[in-house]
Amino acid sequence: MSTHSHADGHLPHEPEKATLEGRNKVLGFWLFLGGETVLFGTLFSAFLALRHQVLDGPQPSELFKLSLVAAATAILLTSSLTSVFAIQALHNHNVKALINWLIVTVVLGLGFLGLEIYEFYHYVHEGHGFTTSAFSSSFYTLVGFHGAHVAFGIFWISSIIGQLMKKGLTVVTAPKVYVAGMYWHFIDVVWVFIFTVVYLMGKVV
Amino acid sequence: MDWLTTVDHKKIGILYLIAGGFFFLVGGLEALLIRIQLWKPLNDFVSADTYNELITMHGTTMIFLAAMPMLFALMNAVVPLQIGARDVAFPFVNALGFWTFFFGAVLLNVSWFTSTGAPAAGWTAYAPLSGPAFSTGHGMDYYVLGLQIAGIGTLIGGINFLVTIINMRAPGMTFMRMPMFTWASFITSALILFAFPALAVGLAALMFDRIFDANFFDPNNGGNAVLWEHIFWIFGHPEVYILILPAFGVISEVISTFSRKRLFGYSSMVFATILIGFLGFMVWAHHMFTTGLGPVANALFSIATMLIAVPTGIKIFNWIFTMWGGSIKFTSANLYAVGFIPTFVMGGVTGVMLAAAPADFQYHDTYFVVAHFHYVIVGGLILGIFSGLHYWWPKMFGRILNETLGKWTFWIFYIGFHLTFFIQHFLGLLGMPRRIWTYLDGLGFNEMNLISTIGAIMMGIGTIMFILNVVITNAKPQNAADDPWEDGRTLEWTIPSPPPEYNFKQTPLVRGYDAYWKEKMDGHKGMTPAEPIGSIHMPSPSILPFTMSLGLFITGFGLMYSRDWTFITEHIGFYVAGLGLLITFGSMFLRSVYDDHGFHIEPEELEDKGVKA
Repeated sequence: MSTHSHADGHLPHEPEKATLEGRNKVLGFWLFLGGETVLFGTLFSAFLALRHQVLDGPQPSELFKLSLVAAATAILLTSSLTSVFAIQALHNHNVKALINWLIVTVVLGLGFLGLEIYEFYHYVHEGHGFTTSAFSSSFYTLVGFHGAHVAFGIFWISSIIGQLMKKGLTVVTAPKVYVAGMYWHFIDVVWVFIFTVVYLMGKVV
Repeated sequence: MDWLTTVDHKKIGILYLIAGGFFFLVGGLEALLIRIQLWKPLNDFVSADTYNELITMHGTTMIFLAAMPMLFALMNAVVPLQIGARDVAFPFVNALGFWTFFFGAVLLNVSWFTSTGAPAAGWTAYAPLSGPAFSTGHGMDYYVLGLQIAGIGTLIGGINFLVTIINMRAPGMTFMRMPMFTWASFITSALILFAFPALAVGLAALMFDRIFDANFFDPNNGGNAVLWEHIFWIFGHPEVYILILPAFGVISEVISTFSRKRLFGYSSMVFATILIGFLGFMVWAHHMFTTGLGPVANALFSIATMLIAVPTGIKIFNWIFTMWGGSIKFTSANLYAVGFIPTFVMGGVTGVMLAAAPADFQYHDTYFVVAHFHYVIVGGLILGIFSGLHYWWPKMFGRILNETLGKWTFWIFYIGFHLTFFIQHFLGLLGMPRRIWTYLDGLGFNEMNLISTIGAIMMGIGTIMFILNVVITNAKPQNAADDPWEDGRTLEWTIPSPPPEYNFKQTPLVRGYDAYWKEKMDGHKGMTPAEPIGSIHMPSPSILPFTMSLGLFITGFGLMYSRDWTFITEHIGFYVAGLGLLITFGSMFLRSVYDDHGFHIEPEELEDKGVKA
């Protein structure tokens, strides 16, 4: 609704970096993602150290259904693309397109999360519970941490959509959108590694 | 109430100092109880279980709840002033960092008052000793969850300082003009950023093992106990540098000020600091030589560890060259700084000894190791903190600490320190193991342990004298000058003591390294302003950091007792944990939905004095 009052001329091209607060947020978030990288790096290390300890539980090669995981991957990677479209709309000061692309991103995120919940449910029925083996504990911890990040991102972007609808695009809301976009890309990159290290390597070795 | 909602970096610094100082006393009391237990052979002053709790809580408390908060106190009080900023980048996050630390620390110490007692698996919490099979009861749960919550605070504090230093320096304050303390805080914050997430994962995995029956570290279920050691030390070794680098920074400032000389080799100091930070991540496995990683790993980590001696040596020589030919004033702050140098060198030399893997097989788990790291941490870090406190006390509180009492405190603490720990090297070489509750008569340990205990009591007296000094000083009028040492070199000495809420009425223009000193040498009275006097934007206070942290505290509590509490229904702990998370996320939601526009201080109001304590 406040789209017009903030149309071109009032907002700079990159409103997320227009104020010191905005620049601080973006830089601080880059650093936060550095810390997150270490966090996931440690989780990956733990998984790699424990992934052959399956005990009585199922082997990863008989457990994983690559078609399901491939579908989830496609959905999540597409959501990264739609979040790029959202940031482009942000730079064009097109609030309507921005909100729409963010909604598409959230819907795709929900789709991914739904598939993951189905996947976990399926695995538990195959005898692959959290406490079954060291492999299963580290699997659910790594993939579950990622899933929790996706869930958090969905809540976060949804609340930003609400703010955009109420307050429009300003130098206060723009850094929030931008930073949430960075977060969403980070989740996607982590998933690429999970897809490779957990699922593909699990199928091969 | 004002203190619960403040987002002012100077007040948060004082909060960190009070809380950290309190836990320093708690940790010190634990240390004294340990030393009383060991003062004679076959003593039964405390039970073996209590002894294990004491050593665990002493290590954990001193590192996480005393040393780090006191460093954060100095960093909060000084870094924004040294770079000419009005506040840190994220004042709200700064308050949140303090409160998560505080509630994590309280949670950890609540364990003393529970029926199952405090954690007792050592501060390193080695698995599987810390796992559910060996550490029954809730002690280790308190350790895991308390540290997890406190760790969040440290991590966001680190990010905050990084952004502050990168984005908020005054005009002309280039990286190579930044004071050494700010540089050290910068590198320390970077180390926090890359080390603490590893600890977070380790603690989460251990928590899953303990509370949700996961199998990370339990060899019977395919887990790997050495994995814990790797995760712990990839965090734990950088942590040593997180602790010592700010102390290096303090020493650089104090020695330069009281020698009335520019810091010798400033740029080599900067690069040495960066190099130490980098190498800090390359050496973690030297803690694990005796675990059996094999000769190749041992050799590599041995060499990497010894390499750290090179940049550290550069720093030591630069401090000595700074004093060389200077007109040195031995204030209490400078006594601590000068006393730091030989003490830290001794700690460094035994560090190189321990870095030699074959020799380490002899020293490992003896009092030699205890002596080594206390030389580094007490003789380095604590002397650095005392030095910094004496140096910046007038800036923080507007009152100069009593110099005579300060010097007495120094000598008693310093002699007590060497008495306590120097002799422990020999105890270690004679074969006295660490972490043991008592020892037999006739092994030649008796006299040395007695001397060590006497030294510890002297350190306790020194600490009490410092508190006495604080109390006496606090009763005096708040009359410290802007530049009370008269030889201040950096920006914090250009503004009133204590600084007003907005720090700088006008952002200063920095024209060189040691910005204030340069202006003095050019015959100017103060800094040239970089902006006209105008209205100053300030962030509003908020209770949300407090409620967010309180929520995490409740969550931690609930998780721990998820299996025990059944008085209404099963798993009531999970509901409590959920309630805590609801409080935390609810506060986060409120924070994100209601924009904080802050307030403005108009030019005509720019006269009041800010921090009062």
